Amino acid sequence: MELCGWGRYPRIDAQVSYPRSAAQCARSMGGAGSVVARGLGRSYGDSSLGPRVLDLRGLDHFLGFDQATGVLTCAGGVSLGDILRVFVPRGWFLPVTPGTRFVTVGGAIASDVHGKNHHVDGSFTDHVSGIELLLGNGERVAVSPTEAPELFHATCGGMGLTGVILSASLRLKPIRSGGIVETTIRAPDLDAVLAAFDDNAGASYSVAWIDCLARGRHLGRSLLMLGEHAADGPLAAPSATPWPVPFDLPAGLLNRATASAFNALFYGKALRERRTRRIPFARFFCPLDALADWNRLYGRPGFVQYQFVLPAAAGVAGLREVLGRIAASGRGSFLAVLKVFGPANAHHLSFPLAGYTLALDFKVEPEVLRLLDQLDRIVADHGGRLYLTKDARMSEATFKAGYPRWQEFESVRARYHAIGRFASTQSRRLGLQ
Amino acid sequence: MKKILIIGATSEIAEATARLWAAQGHRLALRGRDGERLRAIAVDLGIRGAGAVDTAPLDVNDFDAHADAIDAACRALDGIDIALIAHGTLGDQKACERDFRRALRELDTNAISVISLLTHLGNRFEAQRHGTIAVIGSVAGDRGRQSNYVYGAAKGAVAIFLQGLRNRLHAAGVQVLTIKPGFVDTRLTRSFAKGPLWVGPGRIAADIVSAIDGKADVVYTPFWWRYAMLAIRAIPERLFKTLRL
Ligand SMILES: Cc1cc2nc3c(=O)[nH]c(=O)nc-3n(C[C@H](O)[C@H](O)[C@H](O)COP(=O)(O)OP(=O)(O)OC[C@H]3O[C@@H](n4cnc5c(N)ncnc54)[C@H](O)[C@@H]3O)c2cc1C
Ligand SMILES: NC(=O)c1ccc[n+]([C@@H]2O[C@H](COP(=O)([O-])OP(=O)(O)OC[C@H]3O[C@@H](n4cnc5c(N)ncnc54)[C@H](OP(=O)(O)O)[C@@H]3O)[C@@H](O)[C@H]2O)c1
Repeated sequence: MELCGWGRYPRIDAQVSYPRSAAQCARSMGGAGSVVARGLGRSYGDSSLGPRVLDLRGLDHFLGFDQATGVLTCAGGVSLGDILRVFVPRGWFLPVTPGTRFVTVGGAIASDVHGKNHHVDGSFTDHVSGIELLLGNGERVAVSPTEAPELFHATCGGMGLTGVILSASLRLKPIRSGGIVETTIRAPDLDAVLAAFDDNAGASYSVAWIDCLARGRHLGRSLLMLGEHAADGPLAAPSATPWPVPFDLPAGLLNRATASAFNALFYGKALRERRTRRIPFARFFCPLDALADWNRLYGRPGFVQYQFVLPAAAGVAGLREVLGRIAASGRGSFLAVLKVFGPANAHHLSFPLAGYTLALDFKVEPEVLRLLDQLDRIVADHGGRLYLTKDARMSEATFKAGYPRWQEFESVRARYHAIGRFASTQSRRLGLQ
Repeated sequence: MKKILIIGATSEIAEATARLWAAQGHRLALRGRDGERLRAIAVDLGIRGAGAVDTAPLDVNDFDAHADAIDAACRALDGIDIALIAHGTLGDQKACERDFRRALRELDTNAISVISLLTHLGNRFEAQRHGTIAVIGSVAGDRGRQSNYVYGAAKGAVAIFLQGLRNRLHAAGVQVLTIKPGFVDTRLTRSFAKGPLWVGPGRIAADIVSAIDGKADVVYTPFWWRYAMLAIRAIPERLFKTLRL
């Protein structure tokens, strides 16, 4: 059947199996050749694509919960949304929440996803105490920071290329309310928003929307959103089902919609310099989840998301160069998401490193692909890299320059029977075995 | 807190329904032919909040085991408020046309086993004078079509049996619910091409729970199938027989 990632580019023809247990996973991997794991398909490009795909959404059982410590053990196909629905009413929250709750625990580990709290709490796998991994030879092994640590470091952020994540244990964090106290700050330019991030380094959550079309002295004008868990109030989980987008819509619509939303806030009376209000957590963390299939808003050709990180040292100069390039092209989405990362962890292919990360969408077209190649060079020159789970097009050279530990990653894969057993369309493009 | 028996509890629709009941703290007894999977589901439902979860294997085509299985479930739950029958197979229509033994097996699984279970459950509920018997049928039971009329005949037979049982148990104050899902994306329909009319099992589960709470007799799920089937049943047979459906 035809499969694609969230960006709907590229599309490939795949043979898909739907295991519902570890034993069925092992059986689906049987025979020669390689497979790729897939969760909820929220990676944008070709990370979860390949000729043979294991759709792991059927591995969706909770396996254990320790009321005293908040450690949850669950199968790899459990979604973060399911965890929130069950545990928020009991006063527990995810340690790290990405911009959508429709991702699986396996996918969150394989991409080592980050949230709006990276600067204080690190990424998802920093809160994972153990993983049960199905290796290419059919063996099931427990890996953790202390058991087979090199395999743990390769698996976290390893894009499914070391084995199938059957289950994992993660530490939930206690909350007293399902509400978030959100403060929005208006920043007229890039220096102002970076300074505002600095001033608020102690905030639990922070992220900025940045207007990519602003140029000259307005370059980098942004809205910075800060969040804190409310101290009291109902422990309510999201119940509303998302609104469907049943048809592909003309490209460009999304840009007009986001532009008017941004401008309304930026210039609106409600927001002078700063506004504080209380909102449900889902609206703070996953605003786009209110609309199912919003990727169809980009139309049939699909889109790519470009997310890079620049080390803090490259700082403002690097960001200004990239933003200037994008604004001049007039091609990107109206909004980009800007975030300050804390220090990197010890995983081989984990994306975050101390510095600035920016993500924005581009409709797929030849001029855009050329523009992105140019941006790759700017990012590389500043010692940055691209996020694998968003990527559909980077070159092998760009990957290897951005992820200098790739050889270490490959040697762990070789030792643990992964080579020739786990591969994606992306891993082949990037020159991994 | 309610005491709920689910037969065919490894079904994706049944499991999604059990999750909603678990979140409400109810006690569950799960029956199905895959004991290992039932145990995994039980652990999961326990974490989701179920009061208690009992499991035991049951192959519904072992008709002789039905009476004891229901007795044992009632003992485990200490009574029974809701029974949901969910099992089913979507047999190969073409194979059934070639080989009656295949057709008989489909009819056994989808109709005769259900009728046997309903016989035991009906008597028990009539005596206890309260509770709900709910059975998952299908919109396919509303009209015969060349592509799946063996399955459709089984679901249709169950629907008519349920009408009679509902009529009989009304005096005892027992709810008898016929659930008619449309296109649901589960294992059963894995190989079908999916369009906009398809929904996930969670949607069906929510409708099942609210139809039981609302004391409904028949529920089409999602709701639009009630109108779609009204239209389909209204087509004259003279025309219907010429369609490729
Ligand atoms: C609207 C939106 C917002 C997002 N916001 C953020 C964000 O804020 N921060 C962030 O970090 N990411 C974000 N993402 C990206 C998303 O979190 C990641 O792509 C995540 O990995 C998707 O999980 P999935 O279950 O959909 O996995 P898939 O997309 O299906 O797969 C992703 C990768 O994980 C591997 N994988 C999946 N399951 C397993 C398993 N059980 N065992 C082994 N490997 C497995 C696949 O092989 C593939 O390499 C966002 C995505 C969207 C669509
Ligand atoms: N999916 C749809 O589009 C759709 C539409 C209308 C109606 N329905 C009905 O919905 C119900 C649930 O189906 P589903 O969609 O949830 O699919 P499913 O997950 O395949 O469920 C079918 C269940 O029936 C069980 N079963 C089959 N034969 C059995 C036997 N001899 N003994 C015990 N259990 C047996 C299966 O058990 P195993 O786990 O052991 O295989 C499985 O759990 C069925 O009655 C189906 O006819 C489905």
